[in-house]
Amino acid sequence: MSETNVKERWIGSRYPRKEDAALLTGNARFIDDMEPVAGIQHAAILRSDRPHARIISIDTTKAEALLGVRGVVTGANIAETIAPIPSAVRVPIKFYPIAIDRVRYVGEPVAVVVAEDRYIAEDAIELIHVEYEELPATADPQMAMAEKASLLHDEVGSNVVHHRTFRYGDPEGAFERADKIVRLEWRYPRYASTPMETYGLVANFERQPDRYTIWSNFQGPFILHALMTGALGVPGNRLRLITSPHSGGSFGIKQAMFPYMVLLAASSRILGCPVKWIEDRLEHLTGSSTAADRADSVEAAFTVEGELIGLKFYNIVNVGAFVRAPEPASVYRMHSASNGCYRVANIAVDNRLVVTNTTPIGLNRGYGGPQFYYALERVMEAGAKELGIDPAEIRRRNFIGPEEFPYKAPAGATYDSGNYEAGLQQALKLAAYEDLKAAREHARSNGKLFGIGMAAGIEPSGSNMAYVTLAQTPEERAKAGGRSGGLGTATVSVDPSGSVTVKTVSTPAGQGHQTVAAQVVADALGMRPEQIDVVTEVDTLTSAWSLASGNYANRFSSVVIGTIADAADKVAKKIKLIAAENLEVAPEDIELVGGNAQVVGVPDKSLPIRRLAAQTHWHPAGLPDEMEPGLFETTIMNPEMLDAPDEQDRVASAVTFGYVFDLAAIQIDSETGEIEVVKYVSVHDVGNVLNEIVVEGQIYGGFAHGIAGALLEEFVYDAGANPQAGTFADYLCITAPEVPELTIGHFNTPSPHNALGAKGMGDGSSMLAPTAIANAAADALGTFDIDLPLTLNKNWSAANELPYQRAGTAKARVGSSLQEMVSSEGGLTGSGSVELSASRGEVWKLLLDPGTLAAVVPGCEELRQVSDDNFTAEVKIGVAGIKGVYSAEIELRDKIEGESISLVGRASGGLGYGQGEGRVALKAINDNRTRLSYEYTANVGGKVAAVGQRMLGTVTKLLIAQFFKGFDRRLKVGRENERSFDGIFRRIFRRRVK
Amino acid sequence: MKPVAFEYCRPDTLEEAMELLAEFGGDASIISGGLSLGAMLNMRLVRPVAVIDINQLNELSEIKISDATATTGALVRQAVAMSSPSIISGVPLLARALPWAGHYQTRSRGTLGGSVAHADPSAEVPLTLVTLGGAVKLTSPRGNRNVPAREFFHGLLTTDRKADEMVTELIWPARREKMGYGFEELAQRHGDFAITAVAAQVTVENDGRITDLSLGLGGVEDRPIVAETATFIGEPATKKTAKCIAETVAGVVDPVVDLQANVDYRRQLVRVLGARALSAAFEDATKDRKAN
Repeated sequence: MSETNVKERWIGSRYPRKEDAALLTGNARFIDDMEPVAGIQHAAILRSDRPHARIISIDTTKAEALLGVRGVVTGANIAETIAPIPSAVRVPIKFYPIAIDRVRYVGEPVAVVVAEDRYIAEDAIELIHVEYEELPATADPQMAMAEKASLLHDEVGSNVVHHRTFRYGDPEGAFERADKIVRLEWRYPRYASTPMETYGLVANFERQPDRYTIWSNFQGPFILHALMTGALGVPGNRLRLITSPHSGGSFGIKQAMFPYMVLLAASSRILGCPVKWIEDRLEHLTGSSTAADRADSVEAAFTVEGELIGLKFYNIVNVGAFVRAPEPASVYRMHSASNGCYRVANIAVDNRLVVTNTTPIGLNRGYGGPQFYYALERVMEAGAKELGIDPAEIRRRNFIGPEEFPYKAPAGATYDSGNYEAGLQQALKLAAYEDLKAAREHARSNGKLFGIGMAAGIEPSGSNMAYVTLAQTPEERAKAGGRSGGLGTATVSVDPSGSVTVKTVSTPAGQGHQTVAAQVVADALGMRPEQIDVVTEVDTLTSAWSLASGNYANRFSSVVIGTIADAADKVAKKIKLIAAENLEVAPEDIELVGGNAQVVGVPDKSLPIRRLAAQTHWHPAGLPDEMEPGLFETTIMNPEMLDAPDEQDRVASAVTFGYVFDLAAIQIDSETGEIEVVKYVSVHDVGNVLNEIVVEGQIYGGFAHGIAGALLEEFVYDAGANPQAGTFADYLCITAPEVPELTIGHFNTPSPHNALGAKGMGDGSSMLAPTAIANAAADALGTFDIDLPLTLNKNWSAANELPYQRAGTAKARVGSSLQEMVSSEGGLTGSGSVELSASRGEVWKLLLDPGTLAAVVPGCEELRQVSDDNFTAEVKIGVAGIKGVYSAEIELRDKIEGESISLVGRASGGLGYGQGEGRVALKAINDNRTRLSYEYTANVGGKVAAVGQRMLGTVTKLLIAQFFKGFDRRLKVGRENERSFDGIFRRIFRRRVK
Repeated sequence: MKPVAFEYCRPDTLEEAMELLAEFGGDASIISGGLSLGAMLNMRLVRPVAVIDINQLNELSEIKISDATATTGALVRQAVAMSSPSIISGVPLLARALPWAGHYQTRSRGTLGGSVAHADPSAEVPLTLVTLGGAVKLTSPRGNRNVPAREFFHGLLTTDRKADEMVTELIWPARREKMGYGFEELAQRHGDFAITAVAAQVTVENDGRITDLSLGLGGVEDRPIVAETATFIGEPATKKTAKCIAETVAGVVDPVVDLQANVDYRRQLVRVLGARALSAAFEDATKDRKAN
């Protein structure tokens, strides 16, 4: 296309993404490609393999002596260098980016080794010896809340580190006059979006002036810059953050790398060299960040006509071992929109944050949305079932009407625009809802498990930085001083050559900001998007940034876009003014078209924009009177509705409120547990669509993440809080073939809150698909007791009404007393028996003989008797090539002479650690035969548990089998000696006879 | 995720490889596709003194087929075997099993020999070899020996291979008349380690009776196993028999437990997939005759 005088409109077109050329040709530059300073050294982080333990000592001497090692930094060094990282929750928890005297989750940093290269750094890590004293641990929030639970932070006095209740309207009254009260409770699983590119950074501390500079793939929000300077003890201009040009995905996860930025910055200072750290996948899957798992319940009050008149939310958030900023935001992001799409005015919320021995939680696509809609949209469906109303109809009856916008929600959100029923109707049409229902009847009459589920939700975008302060009481907030806002900034400049550059400080991670910003500016300046260069990275020393800068909460198209449009408008106005003077017409008569400023309707009377722009630099004296020279316009805008929370805890939490309606139809194969997604429809209101390609990409991505949460992904911890899904073999990240076909529908209610009428989008079905699928499963299975993710075994068990829990895991049973645990089948427990050809007395004697122990403990070398019943040993255990040396302690306990005994053992080594207990009982069958029966439980942690989960059961069985084989062999050796003696005797005898 | 320092050796001939094995023995890891070993090295689960890269040993990339057997060199890539006309016609069960092994990309790199040497309990290539009653050729400085596949796999990642031996060839009994095959697998995602994989080879006489039967199970126990099915010889090759066999087998297996599945579910998959694989095999064995 050549430049024409016809005004083209780029916004709303399917303009192909500007970013793709670099990404697809390998020319994109990611953090690992950056070598911004000379002399970079490489860091590796030693992480805790214990869920909960006191650090008795750390010996780094061998590591420091290794050739190529620059130095080792431990918690003690860090505590001398920096202050704890501040938190939004007022509790006396000291959060350092490294363990100081205690480890609280597997994956917590314990020491940083800095060396010439990463290989040497990882070699050195193995040479650090940490002595731990283990403490009881749990990954389960309900167990952590139990009275006698082991405390993670003694100074808090409880594992519940935050508890606030809220009420809006008259919830008690509503529940009193309700015709029907529906209650659900459930566990929401822990999962995350695992971006393709992990965390990465280069940190450099330099002198004169003393300044930390960090290059990273951090995504913001830059409010965290203030926390980092707080911890590092420097003013803001002495911590320079620079983001990499490209990011390999984030989905919120990269927000949580800021403690690492502090840790490596401090390490650079301590060791006096620039330090580079690229997180590897093992680190990422155990130690980075995840969305919250929850133990929630909800109650809904309905009238007999299905009007929703009251809601009570009881949220128990497992925040992990620390409340890492911006947590507890995940439970407050949806708070001011707790009514969802509905008119309900009476709402009570009870929020508790619980610390457990798990990785701290943080931002993840849909942040708090999936968990919130799992409550609201399931209880709507359950209400529909109980009242005998179609689930689509019950929603329709409760939707806020299109004429009610702007709608003031009871907890403070102001919904800008919407037409929820229109979206529902479109979804029903696209899904052919009546046909689906007929298909369901048909399938059911053939004994099939067919279910339809739906979910409706608003999508808040462009966050108010102040919503997090709902975690404080109104009194605490008043004391701390006001907080509000969500500033967007953008700069549009035209240089002396006439080329246009836009700076958005929006740190995108694949969202297409460059493309859309170029479209907006191209429209304003009458140019083509390819003529506009867009710089999205941040440099806190040179960029126009603020606290809210960064890429999260769908803020680009709700907030940033308006500032870009405004800055571009200012530039356009200035160009028009200059053109007007040159062409001797009024500025209103100038339009910018095809790269020219022309008199409206008179293409002959025009000047190239390039020349006009150049004039502002080359010939300022020739500019119209009072015009500033240069063409460099920055807009800083704060969405005016984003005020501080009021005394009733109401807050306008976001700028725009998009809408998503999802409908799923599934069939569950009762023979195999496979779920077929028969139909999935997702209808979106994103306001005016800025770029359909980008919008569709986001919708597909959000859908994929939602399906992942519904069907596949879970960070599983065992009963002892050891992570079990440490590789992509056990953390089942969704891939393209697992994403079902999606039917997308659009309709638009433009937002009045930005110049382009656009709304934020990007979370989309990541918030609703878990619920839509769960509702469909509930419909298919006839129960709302649904436990995500819906894995094959789980589905099969549910379809056949069999109990199921994942191997090795333990959870407090929903709805039971807190201490009551559901123990799982299999895992590392087992029992068996062997028949031995010896008398009970002989077997007993052999059992207690230290020589026996040395011979039968698999891989036992150097058994030393410490006391009567205590032994230490070096044990070499290897399966195939996977060999490890472990130091072990073995104790004999609970001896009942001649009858039974317990063997308790613990071992630790490079590949992990384990402990086990076996109870052995003897029963005489006759004088020469004894039945030995045994039961064992084992608990394995560390690397081998995290990456070799699939193998653990087999290996444990194998070792137990080796143990008893060894025992049997030892008995036989005794017997064979007799036999061989007998044999020799006979042979000799025979010879003699001969 | 960086491996420990190791010596990297890339022999150009089998002879050189043997010298290296003689030198390093159990301290060496042999790498072909590196799909499992690469990850295990990076996680430092294995810490070999030397890694012997056999990718230059072109003589191990051959597929040979005779009336009775097909032999595949250890280095034959899974993708090559999958599309090889000799394998498709001569060892159809392998051609059916391979699409389940990993992904398009990994099969271009992954080798048949590597899969067998690694001995993952749920891997498709070992399962197929065991089901067909094939053999593994091991070569060492001491010479060659062939080990029946059913004796080769000892357990989880553990085989009959001695430290100085290398898997050089796999020997596959070729399809004979009246034989039919079926392969079924279920995993949480396609390409994952199978929760359960089932391979079946059957021979069905003209009268519709089963004269030979081999039902292999992967992912169920700590190695690929062949179920005890002798009592069903002589039974009619019907869906009903298939179900009956699978039901019987499901009752006697001793399944492992992991994050993906418990004992009951694995038994259930043996039941369901077993019946499907056998039915498919019966169908496969008789389809040509039916057409006539």
